[in-house]
Amino acid sequence: MSVTGTTKNLEALSFILTAEFDAGVERVWQLWEDPRQLERWWGPPTWPATFEKFDFEPGGRAGYYMTGPEGEKAGGWWSFTSIQPPARLEFDDGFADDNGAPVEAMGSTHVTVTLEESSGRTTMTVATIFESEEQMEQMVQMGMEEGMTGAVGQIDAILAEHANA
Amino acid sequence: MVVDQLREAELDRLFQAFADSTRRDIVRRVTVGEYSVSGLAALYAMSFAAVQKHVAVLERASLVTKEKRGREQIVRGNHEGLQKARRLLDEYEAIWRQRVDQIASILAEG
Repeated sequence: MSVTGTTKNLEALSFILTAEFDAGVERVWQLWEDPRQLERWWGPPTWPATFEKFDFEPGGRAGYYMTGPEGEKAGGWWSFTSIQPPARLEFDDGFADDNGAPVEAMGSTHVTVTLEESSGRTTMTVATIFESEEQMEQMVQMGMEEGMTGAVGQIDAILAEHANA
Repeated sequence: MVVDQLREAELDRLFQAFADSTRRDIVRRVTVGEYSVSGLAALYAMSFAAVQKHVAVLERASLVTKEKRGREQIVRGNHEGLQKARRLLDEYEAIWRQRVDQIASILAEG
């Protein structure tokens, strides 16, 4: 199991996830740095993400949308606040409208990613701070409406991929 | 999905309830043990009426229950209500677990 731990703090509106991967830190960093690799895992399997804009530098912004099974789109934006390859990445993550413009009313979450290599394996920690419980709910909704239905099928797909490898 | 489980009005009450630090503190306390409203009022630099209002907000959000005992009103944590709020974080966790699985799958390609 890749996920090694999660910490949820309802009062602090924070979520921290720790995962361990059988790969070096440079390889895991690529999954964040390269939008083509990032879009392979950011969206749920049934709602793949497409990053249209990706200025990977402090102060830079990224724009993406996820496409559902019926062709429906859900947009989002990132604003990179700190980039320290290959160890640490911080960005704000919010919702965007159909034209890619930020929906300010829905706020944003602050995400801090840290990568640490030990004996050829990489520990990734992702800490998310929500602005409010309402916003947390919206975030969950956007990622989940579709996501959970695909979760079971996805496990099968991964197992199949490994079986074929 | 979340909205299916929690009606909009119910959610609004929940968010409103958690928006205040005194109310969050009340929830923390009464989840561990029961308090009377006057017992709670003694803890904060505000009037009995103000604390009673906070308790009423929490009660509407189904986060606490209030019960009359003699001349006292006893406040307790409503575990079912608290679990609903917690479920939001559980679902966010599921999103990230899915992402991690996808990352592991990409890394496994070599």
